[in-house]
Amino acid sequence: MRMTLESEYSPDADRIMAVSLGPQHPGAGHFRIRLWLDGDYVVKALPDAGYVHRGEEKMGEYRNYTQNVPHLERPVILDSSNILFAYSLGVDELMNSKVPPRAQYLRVIMSEINRIISHMYFIAIQGLFLGHTTMITWCMGDRDFWIDLGERIAGARVTFAYIIPGGVRNDIPEFAIEKGLKTCDWFEKRMGEYEKIFYDNPMVHQRSDGVGVLSRDDAIAFGATGTVARASGLALDVRKDEPYSSYSDFEFKTPVLTQGDSWARAYVALLDMRESIKIIRQALKGLPQGPVRLKLGPQPRVPAGEVYSRTEAARGEMSYHIVSDGSPRPYRLKIGVPSAKNLRALPHLLKNVHIADIPVIYWSLNYWPVEADR
Amino acid sequence: MVVAQQQKAGTFQVLVGKIDDVLQYAIGDPLRYLANWGRLYSLWPVHLETACCSVEVGAAAGSRFDIERFGTLEAFGSLRACDLIIVMGTVTRKLAPRLKLIYDQMAEPKWVIAMGACSITGGLYFDSYNVLRGIDDIIPVDVYVPGCPPRAEALIQGIVLLQEKIRRMPTLSGR
Amino acid sequence: MDRAKAIADKITSKHPGTKLEWVKPRRLKVSAPASMIKDVALFARDSLGFDHISTVSGVDWIAKNALEVVYFVGSTVPGQEGFVLALSERVPRDNPVVSTLIGVWRGAEYHERETHEMFGLNFQGHPDQSHLFLPEDWNDLPPLRKDYVSPGR
Repeated sequence: MRMTLESEYSPDADRIMAVSLGPQHPGAGHFRIRLWLDGDYVVKALPDAGYVHRGEEKMGEYRNYTQNVPHLERPVILDSSNILFAYSLGVDELMNSKVPPRAQYLRVIMSEINRIISHMYFIAIQGLFLGHTTMITWCMGDRDFWIDLGERIAGARVTFAYIIPGGVRNDIPEFAIEKGLKTCDWFEKRMGEYEKIFYDNPMVHQRSDGVGVLSRDDAIAFGATGTVARASGLALDVRKDEPYSSYSDFEFKTPVLTQGDSWARAYVALLDMRESIKIIRQALKGLPQGPVRLKLGPQPRVPAGEVYSRTEAARGEMSYHIVSDGSPRPYRLKIGVPSAKNLRALPHLLKNVHIADIPVIYWSLNYWPVEADR
Repeated sequence: MVVAQQQKAGTFQVLVGKIDDVLQYAIGDPLRYLANWGRLYSLWPVHLETACCSVEVGAAAGSRFDIERFGTLEAFGSLRACDLIIVMGTVTRKLAPRLKLIYDQMAEPKWVIAMGACSITGGLYFDSYNVLRGIDDIIPVDVYVPGCPPRAEALIQGIVLLQEKIRRMPTLSGR
Repeated sequence: MDRAKAIADKITSKHPGTKLEWVKPRRLKVSAPASMIKDVALFARDSLGFDHISTVSGVDWIAKNALEVVYFVGSTVPGQEGFVLALSERVPRDNPVVSTLIGVWRGAEYHERETHEMFGLNFQGHPDQSHLFLPEDWNDLPPLRKDYVSPGR
């Protein structure tokens, strides 16, 4: 079977060369970018997604609201709590259930831990794509401390399945609170070292300053969210805009940078983690007592209705459009994932750049193909 | 007379067989052992991420689990220099022809590790319209590493099992 | 709730053909006939500040023989960031032709492309409606239609 169909490429002139980057390429895993090159410059780039399209939305219609929990976190196991958070909020809203305060705090704690886990992976690979091997070694190692903490709370290594409709799956063990506070203290110091070795590194600045600049207007027009939007001066943060699940109890800021380049997009992730540490610390210290979940039964009946719920996941706004017809299964389950929202910016940013800058720009969008494809 | 000649030829053939055996033991086996030993601790995996298990491969390659201790690189770009595919999870209908193409481009001998429930049976996605129910329909699998996703330790165990298999490989070509 | 209601009232009074479906805290859903959805969208973007496309969803109402497209639009106007407008239109299942809203929200391009392949909706004026997530050789019904049954089921 020939994969490169001639009709797929239509070079404009003799000097334009069409190249396919991926799906087997160190600079683009499970994702392909079709490139039209003029020498070392990219004339046009089109993303080709869908290598991990697993039909989550169709599967969601076959399963009931409880069975949907494990497979819905698979699209983004880097950030598994946040993708379930929005789903749980949506189902809670449809069922009109009041989540107990302790469960709300635990949801916030787990969601912020997962934000750190996801951002650590992001800046690790960003370091790798910039040729900065120390960053991947450090971050991948340090990320495991957070995974350990999540494992102590939820019991699994990356797929926590912790946030479920009606609360959280289990209570936090006493020793995990102490361990969590310790990890926060240690990590706060550690982030200073990241800043010194990576963000202040002249090599990193040279390779990512002014590379792939997304202006604020373009960020709005393309519907960019999360780290991409915040690096372009767009102060969007669902945690602030609609404080769900007691986010209003905590004191934190929304980090915003205005450069809009690859460096800023990576730096926003670090600033985000600083705020996450603050939230985790406040939530662990002020954890209220009480039950952690409502009894829903194995096959909860959800009243008919329509809901659009959203949370701030690590990559940006995670949203669900759930339509219920009163049966135990959702009639329609649309997952609006941040990676798919940021994808439109990619062909725009990959115009007139060097080939060597492609991996840097691509990964600085914090794009996770499994999440975008669903 | 004829019977005696036949007996003589028979003993000659037995002798040739014996010499062959001796040569096999004396030269062939050490040579095979040497070649396989050389392959054992320098496995070069293809950088082909297929789904979410790649996160755990990343963790296994990180400084905590450090898969290089066991004689495997993390991932490598060029197919021609690689001898191992770790299929990291779900293979969709769109990716399946690419996976086959990548496997066919690799030089012999080559091995395949199917990592995660999805690449073994389809896993959670058994009823999805776009997912292959196991990759063994398109490429031969040497080691299965179950889990969803498998922990990094499980992947390391899978690689050690593969090395055990390579050590006992009966021929030089691997097939 | 009141503020969302006020926004909805502005739309329904300016464009009499539109209908307010529901209103919740920070959420409102307005449905419009396919002929006037572009005007409503432009009004929502320019006068009401809904400029940040969040996602585009579709629903297959097979019993009513209708396909619904829902544009979820957020806002970047200070003080209005938490509000999401859901703008929907319904077209018959046997002739699912809608006009694209890329001219209003550029970011809707890939979301519309996805809705096209998943529901078989034809977005008129869309520059590229090739498959985004489905395989190139997909020749079955669009998978998210209700009469498509997944092979594992």
